[in-house]
Amino acid sequence: MTSTASASPDVSRRTGPDLLMGAALVAVAAVYVRALAFTPVEALQGPAQKILYIHATSAFIALYVAFVLMAIASILYLWLKDEKLDRVAESAAEVGLAFTTVVLVTGPLWGKTIWGAWWTWDARLTSTLFLWFIIVAYHLLRGAVEERGRRARYSAVLGILAALLVPFIHLSVYLFRTLHPMPILLKPSAPSMPSEMQVTFFTAFFAFALLFAALLRARYRIATLRDSVDDLEQAHA
Amino acid sequence: MSERQPLSPPGMMAAAWIVARKDLAIEFRTRTAFLSAVVFALLGVTIFYFAWDSTAVSAPDLAPGVLWVIFTFAGLLGLQRSFASELADRAVDGLLGAPISRESIYLGKALANLVFVLGILAVTIPAVVLFYNLPFGGGVVMLAGIAGLAAIGLVAVGTLFSAMAVNTRMAELLLPMLSLPFFVPIVMGAAQSSSRLMAGRPVAEAWPWLRILLAFDIVFVTACTLAFPFTLDE
Repeated sequence: MTSTASASPDVSRRTGPDLLMGAALVAVAAVYVRALAFTPVEALQGPAQKILYIHATSAFIALYVAFVLMAIASILYLWLKDEKLDRVAESAAEVGLAFTTVVLVTGPLWGKTIWGAWWTWDARLTSTLFLWFIIVAYHLLRGAVEERGRRARYSAVLGILAALLVPFIHLSVYLFRTLHPMPILLKPSAPSMPSEMQVTFFTAFFAFALLFAALLRARYRIATLRDSVDDLEQAHA
Repeated sequence: MSERQPLSPPGMMAAAWIVARKDLAIEFRTRTAFLSAVVFALLGVTIFYFAWDSTAVSAPDLAPGVLWVIFTFAGLLGLQRSFASELADRAVDGLLGAPISRESIYLGKALANLVFVLGILAVTIPAVVLFYNLPFGGGVVMLAGIAGLAAIGLVAVGTLFSAMAVNTRMAELLLPMLSLPFFVPIVMGAAQSSSRLMAGRPVAEAWPWLRILLAFDIVFVTACTLAFPFTLDE
């Protein structure tokens, strides 16, 4: 079993604390302290605006890092058939799901305070919601296929199609809204942010990106271990 | 098929047609899936009527939404059966062993599903026109065009997912979970364009939605045809 041999050295190297995860958690904690205690309160929105530091950064990481990584890893998997790529796609999807969930939970909390509504069927909200549905379906699909090669191929196909779908949903909801104007809602104004807020925002972005990397790596390791256990079980069966 | 094929394998479209004819022959002889899908669609149309206050929303306003939501759910019934029928006695091995390309298996399956879904629409659209008292005019021709575009998109994605879902532990549940997010642009495009046409608005108002349907069809027929070989076991 060549895959067992290739997986084992990786596994043995991994002892001791996860320093990357530690650094990420410290960075996230520091961002909370800075956002709550050392960043001015926004004049119009009050303390509610502080959700921005979690919400917008998580959204960016979920949509443009996790999801794009999943799609690229899926395409490359179908091309190169390397199991590592499948594990990258799997891990990116799962960590991305966590970040998308954070976006969908913090969004309505902010929206209720500022717009006066938990939810609006705006293009961006709707695409995020459907992206969440698709990633959930992606995990259900993975859980429902026993054989590893087939699971990898199926999920790669879904990952690629999902990447093609999101622009369509965005476009059609956009069209839906522009042809049916809704009551104008007060959008969170984005005039040039004061520099303290900008610093907090970019620190938050850095901290969450670090957290994403740490979670991705941890999740990838779990997938590697699971596959090597699987290999060993098959070898001894 | 009793007659022996000549030594040279059929071309891609000819092979697709053979696969489609096989599926349609099975369906025509049993008729169970088609009849249950049609009855399901008609039941859905009638149940929807009682789900809202008809003095608040007029029937013609609600009809397009009802039609296209029912259409996607009834379509799923047909798609489910598309590859499930290949499971018995490992009939799929016969397909895979045939000297035809994987793409033509997909196109053949999709073609049979398209006929199936259009058959459901051929019953459901008149039923909606009848039960919801829609003005029956020139819009019906346009409605048929929208139905065609919507059906192609639904079948393109649904056939691919049917091939995948059938090999999983929870096929019946997984197919809707996978497919429904992909049907969102189809339902929106079809419902928005047909509601404008049924209200007698000019075609230009429906055009942006028709363009989305058309683009969806082109992108997903291509992508799913290319992706289908990856869903088959070697």
